[in-house]
Amino acid sequence: MKQKRRTMLYIPGNNPAMLIHGGTYGADSLLLDLEDSVALEQKDSARILVKNVLKNINFYDAEVCVRINHLDTPFGMEDLKEIIPLKPDAIRYPKTETIEDLKRLVTVMEEIEDQHEISHDEIKIHIMIETALGVQNVFEIAKLCHRLDAITIGGQDLTADMNIKSTKDGSGIDLARKMIVMAAKANKIDAIDTVFVDIDDEEGLRKETEKSKNLGFTGKAVINPRQIDIVHEVYTPTEQEIRKAYKIYKEFKKKRTEGIGVFAVDGKMVDAPVVARAKYTLELAHINLQEI
Amino acid sequence: MEIIKKAQAGSFESSDILILAEKPKDTKGRVIQLNSIVEKQYGEMILKTVSKVLDEFEVADIHLVIHDKGALTTVIQARMETVLLRASNNQKGTMY
Amino acid sequence: MKNSLNRNIPEFINGIGKIAPFTGAWNKLKKGWMDEITISPPNKAKLPHQKKLTETLKEAIIKTSPKNGMTVSFHHHLRNGDFILVEAIKTLAGLGIKNITLASSSLNNSHSELIKYIKDGTITKIWTSGIRGELGKAISKGIMENPVVIHSHGGRVRAIHTGKISIDLCIIAASAADEEGNATGAVGKSAFGSLGYARIDSRYSKQVIVVTDNLVEFPCFPLSIQQNFVDYVVKVDSIGDPTKIASGTTRITKSPMDLRIAKLAADVIEKSGYFKNGFSFQVGAGGASLAVAKFIREKMLRKEIKGSFLLGGVTSYGVDMLNEGLFKTIFDVQSFDAQVSSSLYNNKNHIEISASLYANPYNCGCMTNKLDIVVLGALEVDIDFNVNVLTGSQGYLRGASGGHCDTASGAELTVVVCPSFRGRISTINKRVDTIVTPGESVDVIVTERGICVNPINVELEQELIKTGLNVRKIEDLQKEVEEIVGTPKPIEKTDKIVALIEYRDGTAIDVVRQLKAIE
Repeated sequence: MKQKRRTMLYIPGNNPAMLIHGGTYGADSLLLDLEDSVALEQKDSARILVKNVLKNINFYDAEVCVRINHLDTPFGMEDLKEIIPLKPDAIRYPKTETIEDLKRLVTVMEEIEDQHEISHDEIKIHIMIETALGVQNVFEIAKLCHRLDAITIGGQDLTADMNIKSTKDGSGIDLARKMIVMAAKANKIDAIDTVFVDIDDEEGLRKETEKSKNLGFTGKAVINPRQIDIVHEVYTPTEQEIRKAYKIYKEFKKKRTEGIGVFAVDGKMVDAPVVARAKYTLELAHINLQEI
Repeated sequence: MEIIKKAQAGSFESSDILILAEKPKDTKGRVIQLNSIVEKQYGEMILKTVSKVLDEFEVADIHLVIHDKGALTTVIQARMETVLLRASNNQKGTMY
Repeated sequence: MKNSLNRNIPEFINGIGKIAPFTGAWNKLKKGWMDEITISPPNKAKLPHQKKLTETLKEAIIKTSPKNGMTVSFHHHLRNGDFILVEAIKTLAGLGIKNITLASSSLNNSHSELIKYIKDGTITKIWTSGIRGELGKAISKGIMENPVVIHSHGGRVRAIHTGKISIDLCIIAASAADEEGNATGAVGKSAFGSLGYARIDSRYSKQVIVVTDNLVEFPCFPLSIQQNFVDYVVKVDSIGDPTKIASGTTRITKSPMDLRIAKLAADVIEKSGYFKNGFSFQVGAGGASLAVAKFIREKMLRKEIKGSFLLGGVTSYGVDMLNEGLFKTIFDVQSFDAQVSSSLYNNKNHIEISASLYANPYNCGCMTNKLDIVVLGALEVDIDFNVNVLTGSQGYLRGASGGHCDTASGAELTVVVCPSFRGRISTINKRVDTIVTPGESVDVIVTERGICVNPINVELEQELIKTGLNVRKIEDLQKEVEEIVGTPKPIEKTDKIVALIEYRDGTAIDVVRQLKAIE
């Protein structure tokens, strides 16, 4: 089944207490961070800690991703050298701006993978678009390689790059969000929305998550485990929605064998887009389409 | 591996371990001072873990002062590796 | 001898007497009556219009003719802000009284000064439900000749009824009292709410002194303590520190771990079959145990379920739920913050109850007999579902039996919430250091790494597995945690017993032994 990424929990890579419990909060995906949440003098410390943690800590069902430092920094290369052999589910690459950025990352990854006899399609890549240039190039970058599985928008860095204030309604980065979603959708990969920093504002988080879901984001980054349930609720279809989608998909399968492409369910026309949406609802509800 | 300068790794945070390493003054061999909040239960195990890492890196002479706040073995190993690389000037991918 | 939980219990303890071993939660109680003889309350007569007020606490104490070997009792409603207990002991010591049996319903961090009075022979025996802080550490190290007896809240009542705790003098701190001794904790600058633990003392103690920092015009109401049981009344400047007694409101924890465990526990409760209209509920005063109330409240609102009563141990969160109409009544034996005291005073559906009505099994049915769901904490649990809420990972006394075994035995669904390990200390062990609540009373243990159902609940386990909850065998969870934290060396103890743990029916469920001194 397709990897669920409704929530991606950020965990600072130099923090043992948070790392060892990371897999117990129910997040779909975890981001062990070697980049912005780690002080410059502790990059080596975080790298070694995350390396050990990947080896020895059980993260249960969560997808485990590692955000490395950009290859332009003194840290990125060493991050990849130490982390790739441990085969995390994905590498997240920050501040991806051009197709050269991504190509360079892939080349380095493949070199290291060859050294350790790891196939080139085991470890996925997630990119972060955090600059205006990155936004401009996202369509080109997104179609570049098949191991690219998700695009995330880095709201904090983006507003800094654009020299604008970060507002609660996110109006400044609205276009960026939409372009990233479009690029992700065009390539049938995930789009993950940026963090909501006000941990105590549960209503605000819910509203923003609903907005981003409506835009097309498939999940949201969270910085505190308390945010996980709210995001999951927004992304979980209701009983009613599931029942409807189930009905439509079941009928679709039946009609397909009969060679019929358009039909009616409960008096409403069902064509390809309706079926696609029903499929998506069922996938969100984690229902196995084969079993219908 | 030779310890040539003072270094530290880890922190005082809960579930972490703070390790200070330097060349032993006037003595040879491994001098280890351990202070742990779970001394009774895990003191021995912590020292074993530390010794193992010292063996792995072939460190013969070192003075370690350790403040443990209930770190798991894998965290101790990580912090030990970090402090040894720093103290021997062998770190890679750092600011220094 | 071994009790039914395979714990080594001595047959006789000097200073306590013959010991009856624990044989099961209901073995003694199912008889329907108590074999032990009950003692009579004091027999007195007082002429009208006599003055009870004394100038000082010392004066009042002297009037009660204190003597060596006496038993003096207190309640613990002042929590960590208590000024009275230590003051009273100091006074008695100053009068040269020795060999006192201290019977405080619980002891905490505000009682560390008692160490001095134990060492000098002023206090030689203690009956209490819990011990914490420096006092707990000292007793664990063996400063007392006679073991402390730890009882539950319900068990204390029985012990007083049978004269096991034979109170010569009880000192009741009250936040409001009148000159006749009618007293309450519901109002006043030092208000603490329910006086539930003191009621039994007032009736059975040979002499009763009410101490207040708020002398009100007669009559003082509500009549939590009644004048017909009170000998003397004293006004002092302050009975305690209000900020440590009961301030503001109790906040739900923000700890992600506690919230996660609480959410899982609420899911278990929702799917257990007991979460339906008219259910009765009790949660703890903080941490994950209280946070469960937040998630249950949300589920009650969503599913339009109304409960019957809340029991406890009450915090402002409970009061909010009462005010929202989610529950009909609160039965309050201990109030944890200022908002609760206020509700107790103003809301007729917020009812003060005594420890006997709360949890004494030796009557026609205490409140815990009517409890549907209780959520409790734990310092550690074992693979037989036994719970330790008394001794910590270093072997120190640092908790309380309290209402734990009382509520666990009565509730239809007993849920224990705890993280699977704290720091590097495993919470799920092969064998707990001290058993307070027997495994047979515990239905589910909820941790962040798995939910364990007591094997006696076959159907419940099936139900929970079906709903997709992470149900696991407790033996597997214990092994996993041991692998994560490593196998610890056990804390070394000597043979000397420092505490006897009484189950609510008076039998001995476990003992605590002295910590071995480190050379």
